[in-house]
Amino acid sequence: MTDTETRASAGDRRVASSPALEVRDLHVTFPPRTAGANVRAVRGLDYQLEHGEVLGVVGESGSGKSVSSLAVMGLLPGDARVSGSVRLNGAELLGLDDEAMSARRGSSISMVFQDPLSALTPVYTVGDQVAEAIRTHNPTVGGRAAARRAVELLDLVGIPEPGLRYRAFPHEFSGGMRQRVTIAIAVANDPDVIICDEPTTALDVTIQTQVLDVLRRAQRETGAAVVMITHDLGVLAGLVDRVLVMYAGRPVETGTVDEVYHHPRMPYTMGLLSSVPRLDETERTRLIPIRGDPPSLTDLPEGCPFSPRCPMVIDTCHQTEPGLRPAGGAGHTAACVRAAEIRDHGWTGADVYPESESPATPHTPADRRNRDTVLRVAGLVKHHPLTKGTVFRRRVGTVRAVDGISFDITEGETLGLVGESGCGKSTTLLEILRLRAPQSGTVVVLGRDSARVNRRERFAIRRDVQVVFQDPMSSLDPRMRVFDIVAEPLRTHRYPRSETRSRVSELLRLVGLDPAHAGRFPQEFSGGQRQRIGIARALALRPRLLVLDEPVSALDVSIQAGVLNLLDRLKTELGLSYLFVAHDLAVVRHIADRVAVMYLGRIVEIGATESLFSAPSHPYTQALLSAVPVPDPQRERSRKPIVLEGDLPNPANPPTGCRFRPRCPKFGTLTSDEQQACSHTDPELTQVTTGDHSAACHYTEKRSVI
Amino acid sequence: MGRFLARRMVSYAVLVVLATTFAYLLAASTLSPRVNYEEHSPQPTEEQVDRRLDELNLNDKTPLAERWFEWATGVARGDFGATVTGTSVNEELERRVWVSLRLVTVGTVLGSAIGVGVGAYAAVRQYRAFDRVSTVAAFLLLATPPVVLAISLQVLATTFNDAVGARVFVFNGESTLGLDAGFWGTLWDRVAHMILPTLALALPQFAAFSRYQRNMMLDVLGSDFVRTARAKGLSRRDALLKHALRTAMIPTVTYFTFTFGVMMAATTFTEKIYNWNGMGSWVVDSIDNQDVHAVAAVSCFMAVCFVVASFLSDVLYAWLDPRIRVG
Repeated sequence: MTDTETRASAGDRRVASSPALEVRDLHVTFPPRTAGANVRAVRGLDYQLEHGEVLGVVGESGSGKSVSSLAVMGLLPGDARVSGSVRLNGAELLGLDDEAMSARRGSSISMVFQDPLSALTPVYTVGDQVAEAIRTHNPTVGGRAAARRAVELLDLVGIPEPGLRYRAFPHEFSGGMRQRVTIAIAVANDPDVIICDEPTTALDVTIQTQVLDVLRRAQRETGAAVVMITHDLGVLAGLVDRVLVMYAGRPVETGTVDEVYHHPRMPYTMGLLSSVPRLDETERTRLIPIRGDPPSLTDLPEGCPFSPRCPMVIDTCHQTEPGLRPAGGAGHTAACVRAAEIRDHGWTGADVYPESESPATPHTPADRRNRDTVLRVAGLVKHHPLTKGTVFRRRVGTVRAVDGISFDITEGETLGLVGESGCGKSTTLLEILRLRAPQSGTVVVLGRDSARVNRRERFAIRRDVQVVFQDPMSSLDPRMRVFDIVAEPLRTHRYPRSETRSRVSELLRLVGLDPAHAGRFPQEFSGGQRQRIGIARALALRPRLLVLDEPVSALDVSIQAGVLNLLDRLKTELGLSYLFVAHDLAVVRHIADRVAVMYLGRIVEIGATESLFSAPSHPYTQALLSAVPVPDPQRERSRKPIVLEGDLPNPANPPTGCRFRPRCPKFGTLTSDEQQACSHTDPELTQVTTGDHSAACHYTEKRSVI
Repeated sequence: MGRFLARRMVSYAVLVVLATTFAYLLAASTLSPRVNYEEHSPQPTEEQVDRRLDELNLNDKTPLAERWFEWATGVARGDFGATVTGTSVNEELERRVWVSLRLVTVGTVLGSAIGVGVGAYAAVRQYRAFDRVSTVAAFLLLATPPVVLAISLQVLATTFNDAVGARVFVFNGESTLGLDAGFWGTLWDRVAHMILPTLALALPQFAAFSRYQRNMMLDVLGSDFVRTARAKGLSRRDALLKHALRTAMIPTVTYFTFTFGVMMAATTFTEKIYNWNGMGSWVVDSIDNQDVHAVAAVSCFMAVCFVVASFLSDVLYAWLDPRIRVG
């Protein structure tokens, strides 16, 4: 009894001797949905978080990183079984009832969630939601005082005109702004611990930079300890002190960020670090995919759960599951029986992982001027009518989704189309796939103008232009077997029936799947495998142009690498051309020959990948590239990203002159005479080097930002 | 905004005018008030009948267009004409609207309020005992035709009265005729008469609303904003009430408005079975009595209710949900 009392009083006051958060032997198990085994989501997690410390927790989907943080917050569904110990300032949290836990939630421990778009209640103003966080824990604070404090908090997280925006509803805010509001809610009561669960994953890179900045500021202001959960190794590099790598519900490696990033001792961490395409690597290196898929949490393999995927597996691995053991200096531990061996030999990911896919041959294609043009887009325009009101619908303006863009793709070339959400890249892609006359401009596919083809010709062109979609879960019909999915385009285009079977097998082999699995349904495959099925379907008719809409953004990094290598190989083997739409610049740098950067329905910079990435000329491209975090702690800490102000302007009402002007970091440095051009003249794409590289800026200046 | 409201009002008015006109034309050309006089004894002469029918503007020998014009001019002045017995349709309408209003207001408000509460709680306790029991109850009620329900209630009430040995439940008419029991006595008498018909209306409402609210609530229960509210420090109960239920109520409230309007003239079975002279029973009675003007008036009333209800539910939606508010 006395013990509980001292614990309770310790919880109210910070005790210098006890860590801010201490998790010991945490287990979380979910009962099966229907029949079957329990889902063992977390299996023995230990960590300790000192006051003011920032701990990064990294892992792929299903590694238990989010579940463990929800367990700490006491927010798991009622049927979850949680055991172990979670101590906040020395006081035990597990086993507290809802009332006692609610008193701590939001006051001494708070959380920022992944998806800001759904994290706020739609029917209350953002200000009221911040004020509610204050009043819940301080019932004596009056409504006025809480509102005043909420405005201060909104100001702290960088919301312009906080007094005015207090009364805005969540839907009137962009994703980045909403995430600022949730951060304001999290820091409202000056917590000791803030858990951030993938806080920037749903955001664009330039907004991610802003939000990470806000998080740093919030952490400085409150002195809180932070648990930063993410799958993005780049985000962690510059932000955290220590890293904890999770796999299949357990920690497999932990240590200071420099130790873990530079001297990983667990083959899984090594693979993870080598499977990420990096923005800062100039020559195109082979990505190292980790073969196989993360294990099922209901049916874990004997011994080390990573053993079925591990390139260094030995017999001992299958016997017992290794715990964390010291593997280097500064508290570096790893859960691998061969960690000492790895350290002694100084092995890296490239040494350990065998070559699975044939390496991308560094093909030096002929000058693009001498190659056939597969796709030519000139002056493409797509405007949407903007209507207002659901009950009383009326047209109030025009959204200039795509506002006159031109590019071409030659045979065997990959054009990466990059930009933030809302810049018009997906609209561009849909307009091309539509194969109809655009509102303005022309789309010429394989020499034929889409405006001047009849139905039969359009059908024939579709054979040559195929598409792979972003979400491998929803782009395959769950009621069709893999065979039928891949055979469907063949049947539609009257491929000889007798050869269909052999063609499907050939396609499945081509994308690295076992043809024996053709009788299975999509849900029996993992995300990476499903994306391969999608690619097989797209390749069925031997297309010449493949349109890829964010093909790897829904996949875990270790899986993503395999799909990227596959795409690379297919391109060389089959002589394909790709139009690769993505928001991940590192992926684009890895796969594309040329890159076009879009902003507000326009291409602001286009050119050869190397030239554009090493010497970006448009201030937007520079900001975009500088915003991408690199998985290298030293570089990240010294790098100063260009932080763009504000959000993407409303595409219904773009600024006059240069559309990037209101957010342009360069605009402010210009003299007022120079600014005249930006304010009044819309810049056109002009060549910035003798080679293949143009930018739409009045004052282009090459600048290395990576 | 004003202009859009006005435009919508105009289209609603047109709708009501058309509906009423068609109803009048249909009733006037198919119903035959003349039949009412055939049974009279002594049998009135045809001239007498004609004269009477002419007075009431119900004579089928007058061209339809002429009758319609006279009726329409009256309606334009706010007079729905006379019933077959010569009384004023307006007075009858006024009396019956209050009867229905009393029944429908209590019945739907009670039924939907309980339905919302039960449905929301069932969602919170998904697949537990409460959820299963309320689900079975709701489906049982949904599967029972209103007639069966009303009569079953009567049977139960009689059994209860017999068992207790007192007339606790009364189910004939709106009040005991010629009762003189002072204010409280009269009030109790009216309430006692209301219990069964109100239940007969409320139970199906409860069934529909509990299912509806359960689904709405399940949609928001797992949403991120409820989790955010709890992460802020709200207890589970507060987060569910202030954040989940408030959001999940939006469609229910608008649906309620709509149902309420439509119910005003759709309680025929209940009113007939319990002998209430409201709008619902008038639908049937007026057709039965070959009462052309009453049919037209009921149709007009139904159209107005429908239009007002759908308009109100739209406005309410915009008011409750900031996401669709017109800027």
